[in-house]
Amino acid sequence: MKKITVYFALLFLLLSSLRLPVAAQSKNSVLIKNATVMTAVKGTLESTDILVENGKITKIGKGLAAPAGANVIDATGKYVTPGIIDCHSHSMLDAINEGAFSVTSMTRTRDMLNPTDITIYRALAGGVTSANLLHGSANSIGGQNTTVKFKWGHAVEDYPIADAPPGIKFAMGENVRQTTQAPQPGRPLRYPRTRQGTIQTMRDAFVRARDYKQSWDDFNAGRTKVQPRTNLELQPLVEVLEGKRLVHCHGYRSDEHLNLMLLADEFGFKIATLQHGLEAYKIAPEIAKRGTGVSIFTDSWGYKLEAYDAIPYNAYILWKNGVNVSINSDSDERMRRLNLDAAKVEKYGGVPEQDSLQMITLNPAKQLGIDKRTGSIEIGKDGDLVVWSDHPFSVFSRVETTLIEGEVYFDRKKDGQLRLDMAKERETLEKLDVNKAPATGGGPPRIPATTRQAERDDAEYGDGGHR
Amino acid sequence: MKAKVKSQRAKLKMQNAKCFLYQCLSVLICGSISVHAQNDGAEQNKTGRAGTFAIVGARIVTVSGATIENGTVVIKDGKIAAVGAGVAVPAGAEKIDGKGLSVFPGMIDASTNMGLAEITLGLAASVDLAEVGDMNADARAIKGIHPHSAHVNVTRVNGITTVLSAPTGGTISGQAAIINLNGSTPDEMAVIKDFGLVINFPSVAGGGRGGGGGGRFGGPAIDFNQAVQRRDQAVEDLKKIFRNAEAYLRAKAAYARDKALPYPATDQKLEVMAPYIHGEKPIIFSAERERDIRAVAKFVGEMKVKGIIDGGQEAWKAADDLKKNNIPVVYTHIYSLPVREDDAYDYLFEAPSKMQAAGVKFCISTGNTGPEVRDLPYQAGIAGAFGLSKDDALKSVTLYAAEILGLGDKMGSIDVGKIANIVVADGNILESRTKIKYLFINGRLLPLTSRHTELFDSFKDRK
Repeated sequence: MKKITVYFALLFLLLSSLRLPVAAQSKNSVLIKNATVMTAVKGTLESTDILVENGKITKIGKGLAAPAGANVIDATGKYVTPGIIDCHSHSMLDAINEGAFSVTSMTRTRDMLNPTDITIYRALAGGVTSANLLHGSANSIGGQNTTVKFKWGHAVEDYPIADAPPGIKFAMGENVRQTTQAPQPGRPLRYPRTRQGTIQTMRDAFVRARDYKQSWDDFNAGRTKVQPRTNLELQPLVEVLEGKRLVHCHGYRSDEHLNLMLLADEFGFKIATLQHGLEAYKIAPEIAKRGTGVSIFTDSWGYKLEAYDAIPYNAYILWKNGVNVSINSDSDERMRRLNLDAAKVEKYGGVPEQDSLQMITLNPAKQLGIDKRTGSIEIGKDGDLVVWSDHPFSVFSRVETTLIEGEVYFDRKKDGQLRLDMAKERETLEKLDVNKAPATGGGPPRIPATTRQAERDDAEYGDGGHR
Repeated sequence: MKAKVKSQRAKLKMQNAKCFLYQCLSVLICGSISVHAQNDGAEQNKTGRAGTFAIVGARIVTVSGATIENGTVVIKDGKIAAVGAGVAVPAGAEKIDGKGLSVFPGMIDASTNMGLAEITLGLAASVDLAEVGDMNADARAIKGIHPHSAHVNVTRVNGITTVLSAPTGGTISGQAAIINLNGSTPDEMAVIKDFGLVINFPSVAGGGRGGGGGGRFGGPAIDFNQAVQRRDQAVEDLKKIFRNAEAYLRAKAAYARDKALPYPATDQKLEVMAPYIHGEKPIIFSAERERDIRAVAKFVGEMKVKGIIDGGQEAWKAADDLKKNNIPVVYTHIYSLPVREDDAYDYLFEAPSKMQAAGVKFCISTGNTGPEVRDLPYQAGIAGAFGLSKDDALKSVTLYAAEILGLGDKMGSIDVGKIANIVVADGNILESRTKIKYLFINGRLLPLTSRHTELFDSFKDRK
């Protein structure tokens, strides 16, 4: 018994050291030297240094002196951009959809964060520093989102950006109607099943939220002494009505997204972002007029009927109309190459370089209400920076170093060392009795699935999907 | 010596000035021709038009040899008729000013399902990927490919001119076709109608018939040995099909020699396997993990067939077996996440360079149904950022792919006599900002239009 306990303790120790990465080194100041700096707001600066102190960018200029004890990164011949912000991700989430009801505004992705999800590290290796972690798209009104910084190695409570405004996921179209799923025997159809029902479900929720708000307003004003019962489903929607919670609405067809904006007009609030919005180019003037943002894929299309009219010129048309456009991944895989998706915007229509870069940095920051602290390289902003081996829009470029608030969270050189450590640890673990092959006294090992990580997103289609 | 260099420079300068003048002139003259080319109905005629064309003054990236900085490519009768720096423009040829542009061979994607599925999710009526049943050697992709699929034009305007399109179902999925991305009928598109037999090779972990499975989300633990046994049984079943086909063909041959024998009833599923079991045509085995790839190599060696690996995540680890059995790899995992949590983040980006180093013949393909096949150049580019040379990155989607598809003498490079599948671009075609300016397939100049440009034109100016 004692022996087994010792084994398990040892195993636990080894496993935990394998899974939990060592927290990034905390430094008071970092000086990035001699880089080509793409500020995302004030053009590209050649041979420029950036000083980050206590997490904030304090100086941008040539020949800056390194404060004592500063971490100096020589970026000669390299490019620096703001950290990439992914405005649509489900990374870190142990569950994405609560699909039993069509209105699940009471649920929160904040309760589902897994800080040991390896996709965080892989995203950092692609230059992503912040993400909007959204509920899935199984429901017309889904759960509350969490805006995080990928502080790999930190405890889960360090991930959410404390001063980011709260938000909520809405969804329209095929996933909500569950028409992309094969019907299962014995499983009843869920309302809504049509686009008519979807918008009506949303209207119903807002009518109830308005009534609920009225009852609280009456109570707070002393008109009634009967305190209304707290309703966790309607509370977030009241915040939407009051303009305190951002709405991020998944959808594809332009007429459907327009219906949502008309509903928002009627109830007096603004939609923060149309998510996907692959047909948004068809209603660009209507979107621009309302100051609503659009968060798109550059060129994904045709994977379902409502994505069949998606075109890679979407970003260009929206940009030309003055709409705030961001480019998101909605995928742990695509997240690693958002720089190349931004580059494609230059190809299709000819959006200028800085405006294309903004679509993965400053624009999503604005859409998420975190642009005061991140999204561009400016004095006073957080030191969320990426050092690239080459121009970030080149397919041949690699991320060399990723920093959040001046701390290094990914470094390609260090990664090389980590691999060797990992291999050694793996070897040690494999030698443990519990991991020996069955014939030599070990238990039956689990057979690893071939594409477990890659199919995580697809698997969510079972709950109504999200893409 | 110094003076000589100087005078040469001066001469060069003079030439350049002359060149510039000439080019200005040619812009004036040819400009009108190329405007004419844009408005002669080619926009309506989606299959483009044939002719004799000369791309003049361009950077020619031949892929097979050195890049020619200021050269001419002549296209005639659907073929590349001349390539070089001092090539004369034939009389009557339509001139295309290549100043500032680069000429590349059309890219080749050796793993797609082009034309077999328009919309995969939620629109079953548009999907012809997988036939019912487990052994369907007689299912031919060429009979299912929709030549008017929107994916065709969307893909080709990004410089991909040729693809392999494969069925996907069961263990023996059917036969893959190689098509050019132009034509009004499947036959017009076909390069090789029945190129290879597609087999989802039984694997130990999950996927494929007889695999150990275990579920994607930590399903029940399965005894490893048991999973291997199941895989081995599935491989035995596959071998049995091969032996049945052999026996069937022997019976047919015997009857042909001696009509006194009972006439063997025709079995189409076995009949079509003849060139594959005899090693005349390749079998495309999808396999990912090292142990599965080694199992394919063993199968290929034992059955004396010609094999190609499709997928090939860990092919570099099985380099010895692959080389011994002459098995090339169509690698499809640049846009995939590493499988294990402790795999390096660039595990799959680096695989092509590791195959290169290990001497495994490979090409890079998308493995995509249709919509993302146009990302082929960027996938090669990413491999180029992680160990593969830029030249090899380009080869991996042109010449290497052509060679694996048995078309090394017909396409994949800019060489005289090859099919004129040619892309003219304003930069390196592997870069995502590069724009395609001219496109030729089988020597036909194609309009750079697609479903996407049509929708763009419809909505770009909406107020």
